[in-house]
Amino acid sequence: MGRRTPLFELHQELDARIVDFGGWDMPVQYGSQIAEHHAVRRAAGVFDVSHMCVVDLEGPRVRACLAQLLANDVARLKTPGKALYSCMLNERGGVIDDLIVYFLSDSSFRAVVNAGTRDKDLAWIRRHAAAFGVEVTERADLAMLAVQGPEARDKAAQLLAPGDAAAALALGVFVGRELGGWFVARTGYTGEDGCEIMLPAEDAVAVWRRLNALGVASCGLGARDTLRLEAGMNLYGHEMDESTDPLESGLAWTVAFEPPGREFVGRAPLEAIRAAGGPARKLVGLVLEDRGVLRGHQKVLAAGAGGGEVTSGTFSPTLERSIALARVPAATAGRVQVDIRGKLLNARVVKPPFVRFGKSLVT
Amino acid sequence: MSNLPADLKYTKSHEWIRTLADGTVEIGITDHAQHALGDLVFVEVPEAGRSVKADEPCAVVESVKAASDVYAPLAGEITAGNDTLADAPETVNSDPYGAGWLMRMRPAAGALAAAELLSAADYQKVLDAEGG
Repeated sequence: MGRRTPLFELHQELDARIVDFGGWDMPVQYGSQIAEHHAVRRAAGVFDVSHMCVVDLEGPRVRACLAQLLANDVARLKTPGKALYSCMLNERGGVIDDLIVYFLSDSSFRAVVNAGTRDKDLAWIRRHAAAFGVEVTERADLAMLAVQGPEARDKAAQLLAPGDAAAALALGVFVGRELGGWFVARTGYTGEDGCEIMLPAEDAVAVWRRLNALGVASCGLGARDTLRLEAGMNLYGHEMDESTDPLESGLAWTVAFEPPGREFVGRAPLEAIRAAGGPARKLVGLVLEDRGVLRGHQKVLAAGAGGGEVTSGTFSPTLERSIALARVPAATAGRVQVDIRGKLLNARVVKPPFVRFGKSLVT
Repeated sequence: MSNLPADLKYTKSHEWIRTLADGTVEIGITDHAQHALGDLVFVEVPEAGRSVKADEPCAVVESVKAASDVYAPLAGEITAGNDTLADAPETVNSDPYGAGWLMRMRPAAGALAAAELLSAADYQKVLDAEGG
């Protein structure tokens, strides 16, 4: 038996198929995974993401601590509530984890890290925080729901008192705030509008039921994966890990080299890669032109450029064909071939995302 | 309790086998299998004329989540693959024992008798043991 979220028994009651995910017993689907996917693209769905780890960081020097710990620059966060996506790197420039950090006040930030990397992340954060006198608190008392889709924020706002609802609807993109005892943020992992709600664990079941009653579909990790892949978003352990750096993982935009004096962990090896002309490999999107389904670890052959590998692949319910993210030689362009069970099938190289706000971006 | 037609035979690897009037057999995956796989998005069936051994992987069914091999329940020669599934793989989900059949084959001499096929009741026991 794995670890369980406060919603585990409700998932069982809703007849979810439960799978192990990073040591957690999580719902992969409730009925049709494709129907759950379309519910989020067309209306609204709710995901249990309570397995993710919420960490509060507090102390007068918390900003300096995060400036060292994160490859993206928390100095970009100027308004309370604003969030930043960043990698946390090791000294070799490898990715320990990717995370979202919220600026709450000058002495208080909140990070959300992946479930499967929780223990090493907490150890790493605590090790660095100690030097800055920053207190690190895991918020195991909170559940987290992701409500996603074009109707998601309207539905979620209906659960709040009128004043709080107006404030929730007024939230800017990638901004969160405390509302009626919940932390509501306009963030997500689907390529749709929506929000993520951190709330007391004991409230989670009632909130899920009320969302269902408002027509918000229960959605599992299966749909979460196809949605994030269509949105061109990386998944830790697939697109990047401690042996890959952000520059070869499509995450150069999250590394703040300016200002030059900010000595974040992992900066020196990334500077060396840049000085040598950039990474030898890059992350690209693939659209399969032949019939079949791209899957992680399939070999990619790029004519004249060499070989690569699919990092995540699936059938895209929106595009009704197979898509993937793949790490390939930097010179790769145009078309490639992918080895699927010994057959070489044709795929087109595209720039992710594949789908955004319900619309295909692939022609 | 899964949907298990009593006139079919089954395998532990979740295929079903129907004996047709001309002595050939039709093969598909069970309702339990399609449910466990979830929404099917790609099906690869063997071409007519191919000889297969018992337990040889000869078709692939892929759901959104994963690809799974389908094994020949007995030795013989493929007489047809269900080509309609190329455009409508979801038929395997909606009608696993009918229009969602995967392949037909002519059993090799003695192959049908030699195959370890299960009755519906015995296959149900396999499912019960799997916690299905």
